[in-house]
Amino acid sequence: MDELLEILRSLHPDVDFAESDRLVDDKILDSFDIVTIVAEIYDVFGVAVPAEEIVPANFNSAEALYALVERLEDE
Amino acid sequence: MLFTSYAFVGFLALVLLGYYLVPGRWQWPLLLAASYGFYFAASPYYLLFILVTTASTWVVSGRLSALTAEQQAYLAANGQLSREEKKTYRARIKKRKWAWLLACLILNIGILSVTKYTNFVIRNISHLVGGGLKPVDMIVPMGISFYTFQTMGYIIDVYRGKQQAQPNFFKLALFVSFFPQLVQGPISRYGQLAPTLFSPHRFEEKTFSFGLMRILWGYFKKVVLADRILAGVNTLVRDPAYTGAYVFVAMLFYAFELYCDFTGGIDITIGIGEAMGIRLPENFDLPYFSKNIKEYWNRWHITMGTWFTDYIFYPISVCAPMLRLSKWSREHLGQQVGKRVTVYLSSFVVWLATGIWHGAAWNFVVWGLANYVVIMISQELEPLYERFHRRFAVRGKAPYEIFQVVRTILLMSMIRMFDCYRDVPLTFAMVGSMFTRFDPGIFADGSLLQIGLSGADYLVLAVGFAVVLGVSLFKLKRGSVRQALYQKPAGVFYGTMALLLVCTVVFGAYGAGYDSAQFIYNQF
Repeated sequence: MDELLEILRSLHPDVDFAESDRLVDDKILDSFDIVTIVAEIYDVFGVAVPAEEIVPANFNSAEALYALVERLEDE
Repeated sequence: MLFTSYAFVGFLALVLLGYYLVPGRWQWPLLLAASYGFYFAASPYYLLFILVTTASTWVVSGRLSALTAEQQAYLAANGQLSREEKKTYRARIKKRKWAWLLACLILNIGILSVTKYTNFVIRNISHLVGGGLKPVDMIVPMGISFYTFQTMGYIIDVYRGKQQAQPNFFKLALFVSFFPQLVQGPISRYGQLAPTLFSPHRFEEKTFSFGLMRILWGYFKKVVLADRILAGVNTLVRDPAYTGAYVFVAMLFYAFELYCDFTGGIDITIGIGEAMGIRLPENFDLPYFSKNIKEYWNRWHITMGTWFTDYIFYPISVCAPMLRLSKWSREHLGQQVGKRVTVYLSSFVVWLATGIWHGAAWNFVVWGLANYVVIMISQELEPLYERFHRRFAVRGKAPYEIFQVVRTILLMSMIRMFDCYRDVPLTFAMVGSMFTRFDPGIFADGSLLQIGLSGADYLVLAVGFAVVLGVSLFKLKRGSVRQALYQKPAGVFYGTMALLLVCTVVFGAYGAGYDSAQFIYNQF
């Protein structure tokens, strides 16, 4: 989780990612941010997030994103 | 049958009447019959194209759903399989699904490409080989870009497992052909539209009145404002003698025309849906209040933008080769440059596709790429803006926000001039003349009364502009205008509706043998 938070903070240092749960809905993360996050997740965790998983529910919070990474690692 | 024709108004009145007279379960079949009638009236040949799209999508979506169900059943029944075995099985099913999806995409995008772009390709080849090739007679079905995109979005969602396939062929046919949105969108997602499209609706005075109000507002913008200013725009952009300050005037006039034309058309579309209790997605969110070009594209033609993001930008950005390229770039070019590679490449493809989608001409290709360049430059300048905002504390201050809004409008309007002139070199020359030969004298010497617009036209346009701006500001600050009017005594709401109707009838840009201009986005 710490590695993921680090990825997110590198994009928006001023956002409290541990608390926010409307990152996409509130337009804190845009499409450019999302593809950057996916690329960094691939680098750090070795997990490829497929396009069909790019939905607000998976990117609205660091927790949801971490759950997605864990699920994809499992599959 | 244009939305602005008398025939369409009569057709719509009959459909609305029939919709509330038939039993609820017959409402969607009635809409299907009306939609096919609408399309048939445009040209019987068009029906063949839309039927091929509908049938191929119905067959493939059925196969995709069956494969998804087969996978779920197999995995549920074989819980003892190892992780690797499950992974192999999933990959096998995915491969079969992908083959079906690809066949459907190739067929339908192929039809779109052949009908829309064959002559563009022939013209360019002819130009390269020194002439001699003649364009072919090609049918371009009305609204093909819109219904193809909407249908391909549906099939991709079914492939991804985000959407259940619609087993009823006729229901799918209505989703593809629903007449209000057939010719210029919005591009709906199945999951958004289906619940209200197929469910029965009882007549409700408020819903119906709100729908009618929105339809009238759309007609007002289209017929009174867009069609009126069109005469001035045409005069200025069809004659290259109108350079310098005239180009500036054409730029602003076209920005207003396109806004009133496209949002007016969408208001009519959404209003028709609303009058029947059917919810269509919004396509605009006050785009001319955007503070930068990226925000503008999140608020203008929203359904097209999100379509390109979900079905082109993300799949390209996160495909395996792109992720490997991104990793390589970070390792060899450094973090800062490396992490931009994916975004830059994918955005390039998206904007190229957006330009081509808008039309088979180099003007549109260059228009798309111009948007791409401006968005990327503004992306690169963001840290600079951040430093500027911290240093001068102007963020949130009204004068600075007005400056940002005006800057965005001017920039977008300038890029949009590629729509107007006959080719790319002429567009560059004319836009360039704005900066080199700007003669402010034309604003005072009556020249602007010689471009096909009279003093009365300017008066109507000025009042219309004030009304549109006032309504937009109200929406921005306080929300729905219709809701505010509805909360007043009934006379205020219905009086406003009557006023809109009278204004549209009295001030609409009709002439002898009136035939309203086609909606600009119909051609896309």
